[in-house]
Amino acid sequence: MSVLAELERACAGGHVRPAEAADAVDGALPSHVATPAGTGEVAAVVRVAAEHQLSLVARGSGTKLDWGNPPRAVDLVVDLSGMRRVVEHATGDLVARVEAGTPLAAFQEVLSGAGQRLPVDELVPGTTIGGLVATGCCGPCRMLHGAVRDLITGLTFVRADGVVAHSGSKVVKNVAGYDLAKLLTGSYGTLGIVTEVIFRLRPVAPHRRYVVATFDDEGALTAPLGAMLGSQVAPSALEVDRALPGGPVTLAALVEGREAGVTARAEAAAGLLGRSAAASDLPPARWGTLPGPTTVKVSAGVGATPAVLASLRGLAAEHGCSPAVRGSAGVGVLFVGLGPEAEVRAVAGLVGALRDRLEGLGGSAVVLRAPSEVKAALDVWGPVKGLDLMRRVKAQFDPEQRLSPGRFVGGI
Amino acid sequence: MSRRDLIGPVAERLRRVVGEEALVTDLSELRTYECDGLSHLRVVPALVVLARSSRDVQAVVATCAAFGVPFVARGSGTGLSGGALPRADGVLVVTSRMRDILDVDVANQRALLEPGVTNLAVSRAGAPHGYYYAPDPSSQQICSIGGNVAENSGGAHCLKYGFTTNHVTGLEVVTPDGEVVELGAGAAADAPGYDLVGAFVGSEGTLGIATKVTVRLLRAPESIQTLLAAFADTDAAGGAVSAIIAAGVVPAAIEMMDALAISAAEAAVRCEYPAGAGAVLIVELDGPAADVAPALEEVERHCRAHGAFEVRMAADDEERARIWKGRKSAFAAVGRISPDYIVQDGVVPRTALPDVLREIARLSEESGIGVANVFHAGDGNLHPLVLFDSAVAGEEERAEQVSAKILDLCLAYGGSITGEHGVGVDKAKSMPKMFSEDDLDTMQLLRCAFDPAGICNPGKVFPTPRLCGEVPGRRHGVHPLHEAGVAELF
Repeated sequence: MSVLAELERACAGGHVRPAEAADAVDGALPSHVATPAGTGEVAAVVRVAAEHQLSLVARGSGTKLDWGNPPRAVDLVVDLSGMRRVVEHATGDLVARVEAGTPLAAFQEVLSGAGQRLPVDELVPGTTIGGLVATGCCGPCRMLHGAVRDLITGLTFVRADGVVAHSGSKVVKNVAGYDLAKLLTGSYGTLGIVTEVIFRLRPVAPHRRYVVATFDDEGALTAPLGAMLGSQVAPSALEVDRALPGGPVTLAALVEGREAGVTARAEAAAGLLGRSAAASDLPPARWGTLPGPTTVKVSAGVGATPAVLASLRGLAAEHGCSPAVRGSAGVGVLFVGLGPEAEVRAVAGLVGALRDRLEGLGGSAVVLRAPSEVKAALDVWGPVKGLDLMRRVKAQFDPEQRLSPGRFVGGI
Repeated sequence: MSRRDLIGPVAERLRRVVGEEALVTDLSELRTYECDGLSHLRVVPALVVLARSSRDVQAVVATCAAFGVPFVARGSGTGLSGGALPRADGVLVVTSRMRDILDVDVANQRALLEPGVTNLAVSRAGAPHGYYYAPDPSSQQICSIGGNVAENSGGAHCLKYGFTTNHVTGLEVVTPDGEVVELGAGAAADAPGYDLVGAFVGSEGTLGIATKVTVRLLRAPESIQTLLAAFADTDAAGGAVSAIIAAGVVPAAIEMMDALAISAAEAAVRCEYPAGAGAVLIVELDGPAADVAPALEEVERHCRAHGAFEVRMAADDEERARIWKGRKSAFAAVGRISPDYIVQDGVVPRTALPDVLREIARLSEESGIGVANVFHAGDGNLHPLVLFDSAVAGEEERAEQVSAKILDLCLAYGGSITGEHGVGVDKAKSMPKMFSEDDLDTMQLLRCAFDPAGICNPGKVFPTPRLCGEVPGRRHGVHPLHEAGVAELF
C-alpha cells in the first residue's frame, strides 16, 4: 500500500492530500498533508509516519510555523484544523477542555457565553490552541494571570511512536504524576503533537481601565515604573511601548475588576504615573501586538526594563537600525521589532550585542521570527542552559528525531 | 555483591570528600531518619549525609552514581506521602543544613535560596520590603523549599495564587549522574528551551536534587479580610462556595470543616466556632483595599443567601488568627477524638463537592468508620480524615477500605488521587487508576532522560519502574528490576 493510501486509511474521518507550495514549512516542502478528525486519528497518522520514517510538523492555522529554525526535513504536515471542538466547558468549575486546532478566538467566544475567558492575549491574530501551547506565547495579561504554562491543568498528546498520552486532569489542583504539560508547552512540536488541552479559566472582569502615560526617555520612566511595581494598584498588565530608539516611551497599566475598585485603583495608578497620565476604557494603540516583521523576544528581570531600553538605544545607533520595543514591564518580557529595511548584518550584530549585555542580567534574546536570510545569519535561540538534559529528553521522546527536527534549541 | 555491601566503600569515599562530621552511621541516629510525615512507613537508611553545600550534594550523588547505589533526598521530612522514605540499601541526603537565603532581589521580585530554607523564612525575608512568598503549606514553619519544589506544595491560598510550580523560576540541580546543572530563567522571566524547571517541580525527588532555588516574591496585599460563616450542613456551605465562585469573586482561600472536624478542633483548641454548626466556611479575601471591601460584602451576601446562620468578620489580625486557629489545628485535633486516622488528599471538581460529601457520609455510615472532613473547598481538594482505632480488630482494614473508596469516588468524578501531598510510596499503587499504562510509560520517558540508572529516589511515584531503553509496552515475565531486587512492585 502507498504511504498516501495508508495515511488515508488512518485518517478515515478526516482527509489526506498531496502537499502544495503553500504548505511549505518555513521553506521546507512536505509531501503530504493529513487532516485527522480526532486524537485517535492523529495517533494513527503518526504511526504510519513512524513506520515509514517520515518527519512531521503539526500545524494549526500556521501563524507561527516560521518561528524558530526551519525544520531540517518535513515529509508530512499534520493539520489540526479538523479538530476544533470545545469538548467540555464546566462553567461552575471554571475549566474547559478544547481540541488543539480550535482558534483561540473561537474558544474565547464559547467561554464568553458564561462570562468566562482564558486569560491569554491573542498576540498573533488567528492563533490556535495548539500553536499557543507549542510556542508558549503570551501577551500583557500574563502579569496577573500567569503564562500559558500556568493555565493548563491537563493535556493529551501523541508521541512520536503514535502512543496517546495524558498528563494532569480536569481539576485545578493535582500533583499526581509528572507535569508533562510543562514540558510540552513551548516545545515547538519537538516532543509530541498536542491534541487536547484542559485550561483553568477566569471570570471576565466587568470593568477595565487603561491608564497611559508617556515619558521622554527610559530615564524618565524608571521612577514611575518602580513606583507602579511596588504599589498596591495590582494591575493585570503593565506594558511599555517605544516606536523609535530615541523616541518617547509609553507606559500603560490595565486595571480590571468591579467598578468601585477599578475606579479607585486607576486613580492611584494615574497618581503614580504623573502629569501625562490619562485613563481610558480602550487600550492604547498597538496594545497586545508584536512589533516586526523581525521579532526578538528579550527576557530579563522585572526591574531591568529601563536598562534594556537604554541598551537598545545605544546598540541601535551602533548597528544602524531602528528597533521598536513593546512588551510587559510587569513581567520582564519585551519584544523588539525590526522593520523590513533592517539589514541582515545589522540585525545579527544587534542581537549578538544584546545577548552580551543580557548575560550580566541573567536574561536571554530569542529571535521569534525573521526573514530566512536573517535566520541564516544568526543563532535564533542563543545560549541555552541545560541543553544536554534537553537533548536527553528529546532522545527519549523522539529518538528518531522526526518531530519538527532542527526547529528548536541546539538543533533539537 | 548486593547493594548493601556497597555502602561501606561509599561511606569510605564520602568520609574523604565531605568529611566525617557530615556522615551519620550510628544505628540509633540513623533511626531518626527512618520516616517522613507518613510515619507508619519506616525504613532505616544505610547511610545519612548531612550536606552543607551544593558541592557536598554533588559529591554524594556522584559517588552513589559511581557505585550504583540509590539515594533519596530529604529536607525537613514533613512530607505526607513518603517521598523522603529512605532506602535500606541507599544513602539519604539531608539538605536541612543548607539554609542560607542567598539573595533577596527586590527590584526583580526574586529570592535565591538554598533548599533547606524553610517556607516561612522566605516570606519573613521579603517582609521588610513589603513582599512575600505565596505558597503556604500548613507545615510552612518547618517545611523546606527543597521539599516544596519536590512536592509542588500548595496550601490554603493556592486557590488564588497557584502552587510552587507557579512561583519557582530557576533551579540549580544535581542530576542523578552527579552533574550540577542550572535550569530556568532565575531572575528573568523566561529561558529558551524546554521548561525543565516546570518538569522538575513536583517530580517528588525522582529527577535529581535541587541545590539552589529561585522563587518569585509577590507584593504583600494591602488588605486581608477573613470571614467565618456557619451553616446547618455541608450542602448549604457547598452551595455558598459555588455561588461565590459563580459570581466571579476570586478569594485567596475558601476552607470548609464539617461537624466532626469542628468538634475535634473545639476539643483541642477551643476555637469557639458557632454552636450547632454542621459546617463552617472560612473565606479569605486579599488585594487592594478598594476591591476587598465590596467583595467581602458580596461573600457575606452569598453566605446568608445559602442559609448561613452566623457570619463573623475578623476585625483585626488577632481575630483573623482566631478564625484560622480551628482550621489549622484540625489535623492534630482529630488525634484527640480518634487514636488513629488516615489523611486523604483526593480532589474533585468543585461543583461535585456536595455529591461527593454525601457519598462519603454514606460510606462512613455503612462501614461504621468515622470520617471528619476538613478541606480546601475553593479548589475541591478534600482532606477526609478517616478515623479508626488500631487496637480494635479489623478496624484498620475497614478504615483503609473506606479511604480507598473515597479515592475511587474522586476519580469517578474526574478528579485526582492527590491535590498536594504527592504520590510518593503512599499512592504509587493508585496511579494506574488515574493514568493508563501508556501515560505512566510516557512520564517515565522523562525519568529515563534524567535518571537512566534508576538510582534517584527509586520506588516512588510509579508502581512499575520503566527500564530505560526498553521497547514500551512489550514486557514479558518478571520485571528485570524486580528480579534483580532493585525495585518493589506494587
